[in-house]
Amino acid sequence: MPEALLTLEGVHTHVGQYHILQGVDFEVPKGAMTVLLGRNGAGKTTTLRTIMGLWKPSAGRVRFDGRDIGGTATPDIARAGIAYIPETMGVFSDLTVQENMVLAAQRGALDAARLEWIFAFFPALRRFWTHPAGVLSGGQKQMLSIARAIVEPRRLILVDEPTKGIAPAIIDNMIRAFQELKREATTVLLVEQNFRFAEALGDFAVVMDDGRIVHRDSMGALARDTATQTRLLGLSLEAHG
Amino acid sequence: MAETTATQSAPEPIPVVRADYLPILLVPALALAALPLIGNTTTWVTLTIAALAMGMMIFVIASGLTLVFGLMDVLNFGHGAFIAVGAYLAMTTLLPLAGWMQADSLALNLAALGLAMLAAMLGTGLLGWAFERVIIMPVYGQHLKQILITTGGLIVAEQLIHVLWGGDQKPMALPTGLRGAVTIGDVAIEKFRLLALAIGLIVFLAMLLVLNRTKLGLLIRAGVENGEMVEALGYRIRRLFVAVFVAGSALAGLGGTMWALYRETLTAGIGGEVIVLVFIVIIIGGLGSVGGCFLGSILVAQMANYTGYLAPKVALASNILLMVIVLMWRPQGLYPVAKR
Amino acid sequence: MIKTLLSGDLPRSWVLSVVLAAILATLAMAPFLFGGAQAINTAAKVCVFIVLVASYDLLLGYTGIVSFAHTMFYGLGGYGVGLALYGWGATWIAALVGLAIALVAGIALAFAIGLFSLRVRAIFFAMVTLAVASAFAILAAQLSDITGGEDGRSFRVPEALRPGFTLIDVPALGVTVTGRTIAYYIVFFSSLVLFLLALRVVNSPFGRVLQAIRENDFRAEALGYRTVYYRTAANCLAAGMAVLAGALNALWLRYTGPDTTLSFAIMLDILLMVVIGGMGTMYGAVIGATLFIVAQNYLQKLMGTAVKATEALPLLPSLLHPDRWLLWLGVLFVLSVYFFPTGIVGKLRQPRR
Repeated sequence: MPEALLTLEGVHTHVGQYHILQGVDFEVPKGAMTVLLGRNGAGKTTTLRTIMGLWKPSAGRVRFDGRDIGGTATPDIARAGIAYIPETMGVFSDLTVQENMVLAAQRGALDAARLEWIFAFFPALRRFWTHPAGVLSGGQKQMLSIARAIVEPRRLILVDEPTKGIAPAIIDNMIRAFQELKREATTVLLVEQNFRFAEALGDFAVVMDDGRIVHRDSMGALARDTATQTRLLGLSLEAHG
Repeated sequence: MAETTATQSAPEPIPVVRADYLPILLVPALALAALPLIGNTTTWVTLTIAALAMGMMIFVIASGLTLVFGLMDVLNFGHGAFIAVGAYLAMTTLLPLAGWMQADSLALNLAALGLAMLAAMLGTGLLGWAFERVIIMPVYGQHLKQILITTGGLIVAEQLIHVLWGGDQKPMALPTGLRGAVTIGDVAIEKFRLLALAIGLIVFLAMLLVLNRTKLGLLIRAGVENGEMVEALGYRIRRLFVAVFVAGSALAGLGGTMWALYRETLTAGIGGEVIVLVFIVIIIGGLGSVGGCFLGSILVAQMANYTGYLAPKVALASNILLMVIVLMWRPQGLYPVAKR
Repeated sequence: MIKTLLSGDLPRSWVLSVVLAAILATLAMAPFLFGGAQAINTAAKVCVFIVLVASYDLLLGYTGIVSFAHTMFYGLGGYGVGLALYGWGATWIAALVGLAIALVAGIALAFAIGLFSLRVRAIFFAMVTLAVASAFAILAAQLSDITGGEDGRSFRVPEALRPGFTLIDVPALGVTVTGRTIAYYIVFFSSLVLFLLALRVVNSPFGRVLQAIRENDFRAEALGYRTVYYRTAANCLAAGMAVLAGALNALWLRYTGPDTTLSFAIMLDILLMVVIGGMGTMYGAVIGATLFIVAQNYLQKLMGTAVKATEALPLLPSLLHPDRWLLWLGVLFVLSVYFFPTGIVGKLRQPRR
């Protein structure tokens, strides 16, 4: 297994009075895609939000590239090279597609070549470039959300259920985009329940339940092990998506 | 909607965002409704122009407040203090500049006013910065405490004005070049009102420019919608908050200066006079919307001027009625801001 | 028995109990303890404000609503009774009818405001109440034919309450029981009853729902309580109590006017009293009102002497000027909200560490 870019050690997170993460330990290997699986309510989104600094861990350590980012403010975490694609997409409806992208470009200007590359996967963004993002369909908004995260090369991309409620044809576009990212050796931590998507892209799988990690394996091994799938996730991953 | 990259299917029509122009029609509607009631066309024109001028002043004061609310979810009940402090700072600045104010040269007059307004804005900007750090930041997100503590800040600020400047009524004379009126046909338009109109429009256009053509404006508009995501894109939104708050306070100082000149007197309670109208404006306009605030300011000023002429005793009550009617039509205000 | 009287809401602190008992005793015996007019005026004012602030605590401390319209209801009560006695003659019937009208008007107004703006956020409601109260104050000052305008109205009270009236010719405890004494005791006992009623309300199931709403309105709504109705009910109750306080005040002063009832300054005073005394405690209203009004009357003298002492220094005299006492209270208010939101009562109730 390649070296870890992101490490979580014994991370606990409290949200209000709820103790959601109860000692999360896992690693995200560099240059590969790790898929975080688990039932609804297991704490997957909370894990991503904790890494991103939106919620502070109450105990434990989050290490990115050797540095402890546990108490760091979200903007600084973003500047360190971590991009976040939330479940709710976080697209700014009143801003145009262009403005959404401009905001995401930390280096200031948008790189034309990179944009062309993005448009190849997500042509709708070119078409709606100067229109308010609010007029985009759900799938197109998701494309924008992903595009924002890859408008510049990033060290780590956190993605939360990108395929939820999205039409299969668009999912194909997404798979292609992520495959390209993998070719670039971008590290990705993906939370996903759509197994087709997860299996097509994932290199490693980490399963979560009740705020803890209950299984770690390579994606291929887990895909073959239907017994473990049923035990951990309630039903065979094959049946999903 | 199927998306294919292999074949170029006919691109689906781009949905048209129909601009919402209906609320803008309220302004001419209200003006026209008042015309038969007032009877006299010249009086009506004078009142309408007075309304536009007053509207601009209220807009300058209210715009900062509504933007701060939209961005930070903070309503500063102490905003009235900035209005008053600004006016007093301007008055103090004008004292040594009496010569310029009384000179026959319009240029000198305007220069003096300009300096006074600058002083007011700098002073209230600074006060706003202190206010944000000491009073507001500790209670982000706690609405109840916010209301209480900003009201407390208002009390303290107003009392400090008494300490520093005394509580008696002070005159705020207009410069010679701006006294009196210009006559266009039958109508007499007070010179100061024209200046107020100009300043207000400049502020509005400047705000639109900043909001729509600069990265700062981009951040503000994005932040109003989803502050968390802006942070996740790498921007320190707290700095944005402080910047907007300071700007809003400075604008309140400018507005207060204009208001004091408009009334030609100044008391510590000047903030309280205007603040109720300001609240009505931002409620009508839609909390967080600059365009709505602009429209609301004009409507409220119209209402105040028309009823001030027709039935002065119910002037404020009529504005409350306006607020109720607008809210029954659009409960979130005329131009509600899209929130997360 | 005391427990039932206080609806189970005991002071829970020795110091507090002693202080409360002292205040109660002083207020109860005021006509016999103090000779001067100022002292007994202060006592009457304390009684009235205890009711006014307690009703505000019901709104702010227990339901979590900030309203700037409380003085409007206070004024309604005062004007209701005052104008009735002025216009219809100084009879008990007139006073009661005036009171009834004021109560109905006040509760209806509270109901309307509540339904209109309580479904939205707190800030919105606060702004609307400020606007409505301001409009009301201006109207009261403008419609001078009816209300007496800025100067207000002086009126005669029913005969039994006039200073000239003597109940018993023989002085009791060294003091002649005049109409003023009777008036005072009407104010005192009414205030006491209203305060105990308020205690009853906040300690009832209704009161507990209010507190639940204050803590987490989403959850309360999810549990099945229609928060809008509860909030509106609290608004109406508080308004009704404020109206009654206003009526008592008018009866005592034999005067009603915008400055004594409707001014924003009084609204701020109420806020100060409830926060410094202690939000959500009811007893905080007693402590806050007593402290504030006594300070208002007597502290200013103290500040006056301090000013003379510091005359030579630059800024200090203007900071210590008796008129600036609101500055210091404002500072205390801000500090209270930050550091001791439970106020004096909360501090007294804290177990010694």
